[in-house]
Formats: sequence, C-alpha cells, structure tokens
Amino acid sequence: MLAIPILKLGRVLLVNVNVELDDEVATRLQNDVLTAIERSEAEGVVIDISGLEVVDSYVARILAETGQMTKLMGTRAVVVGMRPEVAATLTRMGYVMGGVRTALNLEEGLLLLGYKLQRV
Amino acid sequence: MGEEILSREEMPIAREDDVVLVRRRVRAIAAEQKLDSFATAAVTTATSELTRNVWVHGGGGSAVVEQIRSAEGRVGLRVTFRDRGPGIADIERVLRGGYSTAKSMGLGLSGSRRLVDELTIDSEVGVGTIVTFVKWRAF
Repeated sequence: MLAIPILKLGRVLLVNVNVELDDEVATRLQNDVLTAIERSEAEGVVIDISGLEVVDSYVARILAETGQMTKLMGTRAVVVGMRPEVAATLTRMGYVMGGVRTALNLEEGLLLLGYKLQRV
Repeated sequence: MGEEILSREEMPIAREDDVVLVRRRVRAIAAEQKLDSFATAAVTTATSELTRNVWVHGGGGSAVVEQIRSAEGRVGLRVTFRDRGPGIADIERVLRGGYSTAKSMGLGLSGSRRLVDELTIDSEVGVGTIVTFVKWRAF
C-alpha cells in the first residue's frame, strides 16, 4: 500500500503529493499528516500538489478538509503548486476551495509560514 | 446528421480502482486527440466525477469511451456512463448543483457539465442513469 512521505524541515512538515490520489491514499494521507503534526509539534504544513495533473472535487475536498483539521489542531497548512489546468478546472466546475491557504510554490508557501530559505 | 465513430472501448466500473483506470484512459485518449492541456484536464476531471457517481451512487456500471468525428469534420471525445442505480428523480435540481446525496459535493453532474461542450442525462427512477458528454477539439 502506497504511502506519501512526510518530511520535516525545522518546525515545518513538507508533503509532496506526486502520485495520483485515489480515495484510499487521499484519506490515509490526511490521517498521516495529522499524526505527523502531533508527533513533530510542527507549526505548519506545506502540501505540494505540483505533481497532480488532475484534482477532482473529491481530492480538492480532502485537501480543504486537511487544512481545516490542521487549523483545529492549532497549526497551519498551505497548499502550493497548483497547476494552471487544475485551478481553471476546479473554478469552472464551481468548486470553492475554502479552509486552506494556497501559495504559488514551495518557497512562497514556506514564506507564508514565516520561513525563508537562505544560503549561508 | 450523425457522427462517425472512430474508436470505441468499454470499461467496467466495478471496483473503486476503476475510477482511476477510466480517468487515466480518457486522459490518454484526450492526449492522442491532441486536446490542449486545459481541455485534457477538463475531460479527465469530468470523467473522474462521473465515474465516481457511477461507483458511489449507481453501485457500479460501465464507461464507453469513443473518439468521434462530426459531419462538419470536427474531432471529439464522447464518454457515456451507465449505471443501474436508483436513478435521479429531479434532474433539473441536480444540474443546478448543490444537490447532495451520500458524501458527494453535489458537483459531480453540475460541475462536469461546465467542463464539457455537451452533457445529457437520461435517468429513470429504479432503473438507472446514463450520462453522456462530448468535448470537441478546438479548431
């Protein structure tokens, strides 16, 4: 059974969703993210979906719900890297993705959480 | 004037995994037909929504994927979803959106209709539902 790795960088968790999400993988990812937040005491989660060519209303809802769940736990989630085709498709369908913040890419997402990647 | 059918394949929707398989096949055919990336995302997403409807609300069924050519020479993709589920009593209401049964967002049909060029619903309560959509390639 496929699991999506969750990486820790400082007090931020990074999730790179690069496989097509079926219902089971999506639900498991949601649970894994929440568990990882508790375990690592993360103050934020960045979910990178730049690898997803298709996000239907089901997957969009899972992402939005994950945002709401992380908020309930007292942390923040940012969905980053949504492809233009995905943004256009969800909007044309009439889907409003509330409950989760979005940013253009990983760097911008980290910046939203107060982190900046710098060369030292 | 009818359309010419260039290719036709039928896929079962009998397991949850079939939602992904049907969606993948439609994306591959859309790419073969050289639909642009936005149109490809649109038909793939509509297929995902409608296949999920067949599985979740219709208790399974099938999808028929066809490449068609109109009398005017336009090339398109037509997908027909069939189930033997409970049927839809109020199609108008479903198409307005916001109609939600089970766990869906109520966006399956109304959202899909906004993504394609033509979408028709043929449903009989207690018998089942047939949803067909067409997406034409831009000239």
